[in-house]
Amino acid sequence: MIFPKWTNQIPFLLPIGLALVGGVVAAGVTLYCTPKNTRVGYQPVQPVPFSHAIHAGQLGMDCRYCHSTVEKSWMANIPSASTCMNCHSQVLKDDPRLALVRDSAATGKPIPWVQVHIVPDYVYFNHSVHVARGFSCVECHGRIDQMDEVRHAKSFSMSFCLDCHRNPAAAIRPPDKVTDLGWQWSTNAAESAALQAANGKKFVHDWRVESLQSCSACHR
Amino acid sequence: MRYLLYFILVFVAITAAVFGLVGLPGHLSRKPPLEVFPDMDRQAKLRPAQPNGFFANGLSSQLPPEGTVVRSAPVATAEGAVYAYQDVAFNTGRATGSTNFVETNPMTVDAAFLGRGRTQYDISCAPCHGALGDGNGITKKIGVMPAVANLHDQRLVEMTDGEIFNTITHGKGLMGAYGPMVAAEDRWAIVAYTRALQLSRLGMPEELSAEQRAALKK
Repeated sequence: MIFPKWTNQIPFLLPIGLALVGGVVAAGVTLYCTPKNTRVGYQPVQPVPFSHAIHAGQLGMDCRYCHSTVEKSWMANIPSASTCMNCHSQVLKDDPRLALVRDSAATGKPIPWVQVHIVPDYVYFNHSVHVARGFSCVECHGRIDQMDEVRHAKSFSMSFCLDCHRNPAAAIRPPDKVTDLGWQWSTNAAESAALQAANGKKFVHDWRVESLQSCSACHR
Repeated sequence: MRYLLYFILVFVAITAAVFGLVGLPGHLSRKPPLEVFPDMDRQAKLRPAQPNGFFANGLSSQLPPEGTVVRSAPVATAEGAVYAYQDVAFNTGRATGSTNFVETNPMTVDAAFLGRGRTQYDISCAPCHGALGDGNGITKKIGVMPAVANLHDQRLVEMTDGEIFNTITHGKGLMGAYGPMVAAEDRWAIVAYTRALQLSRLGMPEELSAEQRAALKK
């Protein structure tokens, strides 16, 4: 007898084992090796403990007070320290947490903010076209107005972009509500969904929203 | 079958251990996301607001050399198209070739322009001067900025459009300069909207129709 008796079980056990291992590995890769995990949850420590929850949430400041180029440029700017000093020359003017801001405003040395939301260099995303056509900041950045520290909320994977480009009607809203992150058509969820369905298609048609899916729309 | 049981037990243990180690998907991470092909993701080219060793000051975003003239598209004003480098009221708030502020807005003021002014006012001015222009913005409410101008003061109602534009552009007293953040066209829109705000409190009963006055009395 060349093979021991237990080897007779191999044809039954092997498929079960492989299916088990394969299934768990596939699930693990899907859950952990995609941007849904690698990007979502990224929350770097910033050099100045700036809270969006206080400024945009509690104080109700518009996103565009600081990110003033978002309507005109492909890039939404990080404000210069002089923008902070419009208020902080008087508010918390000796607070040690703002030392770096005062220093930067005085010397012009930039504050080394850590970029949270960043697309690869072969992706050309344009903020102004999205904002002008009624796609809110919240669609890609999440509820920034509730975050003390900015956290990467959405995956920014290519399918994340394409989901919206294939169905822009589900996300489009009146352009004057773009920076109102908590805005909804109605307080009633069902009514809100109905209004989105009714108005979304109309907006996409009336404003000629193209939402291209060709490669060169984003990759050049 | 014993082997299968052992195998499943060991496998479940390993899976649980790995799961415990890495946590739920999308958990908080302080470290930057892993990039599999970093040379393609981060190409050797300038991106705005990134450090760059090529320049002496280490910045990728450089200021234009001194004396650079802006050759952007012209802006259509009521007096014709103007460029950003021209010495005209649209750019300076002052009459061409003088230091006198212009009396009126060089832009054509219509409903759309006022609407633009309202949007820009609510973004950049309302935090301090208040949505109504009465100086009761959020900074007053939380008591962090005691001295904010009330735009309905006689002094400001009588101020020329050009001087208001100049104050927005360069700041005044404790107020910072908004020229770098708000485009000239939008600053003029804010001036126009400020006028609308002021007018809202200067209305006289005589300007109303008989019907409206009757309604007021009720």
